[in-house]
Amino acid sequence: MRIKEKIIEKILAACALVTVLTTLGIILILAIEAFSFFGKVSIVEFFTSTQWTPLFTQKSYGILPLLSGTALTALIAITVALPVGIIIAVYLNEYAPRRVRKILKPLLEILAVVPTVVYGFFALMIVTPILQSFIPGLSGFNALSPGIVMGIMIIPFVSSLSEDALSSVPDSLRQASFGMGSTKFQTAFKVMVPAASSGIIVSAILAISRAIGETMIVAIAAGSQPRFTFDPMVPIQTITSYIVQVSMGDVPHGSIAYQTIFAAGITLFIFTFILNNISYWIKTRYQQKYE
Amino acid sequence: MESETKSPKATQEKTEPKMDSKSQNYKLHAKNIDVFYDDFKAINNISLGILEKSITAFIGPSGCGKSTFLRLFNRMNDYIDGFSMNGNILLDDKNIYDPDLKVEELRKTVGMVFQKPNPFPKSIYENVAYGLRIQGIKDEDFIEERVITSLKQATLFSEIEDNLDKSALSLSGGQQQRLCIARALAVKPSVLLMDEPTSALDPISSGKIEDLVHELKKDYTIVIVTHNMQQAGRVSDNTAFLYMGSLIEYGDTQKIFTNPEKDRTQNYITGRFG
Repeated sequence: MRIKEKIIEKILAACALVTVLTTLGIILILAIEAFSFFGKVSIVEFFTSTQWTPLFTQKSYGILPLLSGTALTALIAITVALPVGIIIAVYLNEYAPRRVRKILKPLLEILAVVPTVVYGFFALMIVTPILQSFIPGLSGFNALSPGIVMGIMIIPFVSSLSEDALSSVPDSLRQASFGMGSTKFQTAFKVMVPAASSGIIVSAILAISRAIGETMIVAIAAGSQPRFTFDPMVPIQTITSYIVQVSMGDVPHGSIAYQTIFAAGITLFIFTFILNNISYWIKTRYQQKYE
Repeated sequence: MESETKSPKATQEKTEPKMDSKSQNYKLHAKNIDVFYDDFKAINNISLGILEKSITAFIGPSGCGKSTFLRLFNRMNDYIDGFSMNGNILLDDKNIYDPDLKVEELRKTVGMVFQKPNPFPKSIYENVAYGLRIQGIKDEDFIEERVITSLKQATLFSEIEDNLDKSALSLSGGQQQRLCIARALAVKPSVLLMDEPTSALDPISSGKIEDLVHELKKDYTIVIVTHNMQQAGRVSDNTAFLYMGSLIEYGDTQKIFTNPEKDRTQNYITGRFG
């Protein structure tokens, strides 16, 4: 029996190890290829040049256009998702009867499991034309439309985590607020939301991180023109959609063009890694300790 | 006024203090109160009047309904699922369960201090200013003046005057509770409800709160729930003894503690049960 238990334990540990090794493997490959890339392209150019044209004859390797595209779409997304997500969380936690909450919560999670390719076409075929009807200068491909749709997609990230944060605020604070003569609205936004602020910030960061990594929506609806701009009306390209574009093209293995994927990939990885760590740090450092 | 009473019981009439005074003299007057949580009857036909600028203690074993009864006076039970009640409660002769009455307004008149100190995770200053801010008061000088007066009233000011911007959560438990009292006082209520305000505190902090309560009696009508017999005896003018949702005995604190009319009261205050 003892041997059998030992074997089972080893198998379970091996399963856990697979995920760790996969992560390490990805990082390793990203690092090796990126290292080789930076042997050929100066890291200074990579982070300062405002041109990204690795696939053209006139080659330039400045990541800034891709970064600006990524930041812009993520910013639009969180601008949509944060207020809506917080309002939903407040509604669920402070206003909704228990029965409504039970139905609404899982329904909301569905937003997060819609395949992103569906969102991408939704952005391109429906949202962009609607926006164009009252924003005349908007191009067919732009940052605004996929940004908004991405915002809708990440609403559940914000609302779900914010709701957790709100529900962990002790009822005694709600009572104190009501006892002072606050209305429900005042209680929700002057006491509960501030008291849950660290959790809400964490939810926003994780949602941003998700938006930065999102690929299909931007690949379909944002165009594929790396452009160093923060104008939401024109076609742009994000890091992820660049990676898609090159991976699906016929770039020869080992070429610089091929290695740009890894350089862009490791940049993306570093950014989301930093964001996730910040959120983890906020969570452990600032989470209110309630008895 | 007694004509409104549906089924006056002789025993209850006897339990009201100073029966010669008319009900108009009561600051708070509960009339024939029943409270239900779904099917469970938590309060059973209690009538009782509370005089202005007095301290009234509600005592009784856990689950006797004393907290429920207290929370009727600022309608804090309204949020509890399954809560329903009969009877009415008059504050200055106005029914506080009148459908036209704004609960928020009532709670500005009837302040509350809870069992566990529950300051907001804001600065000391903002905690006390909260009640004024939600009323839409913008005059910062006025707010500051009120905050300082309230903190002084709650005998907290001298301990924290240089640290008004510090988080309220950094205060000790006893200081937090006095902060909560200051917070309640800042909106100038006329009644203060205290739900076992010292049960989470050490004896020294409790003593400070008791002294404070005594001091506040000059300006406020105070109703205090406590399971601490000595505390009830020390601070209150009148004491109501509740048992299983019924008012067993109500009257002058000295009399209740030295010469109660009911055996059950006698047994409880001498510690034979509870």
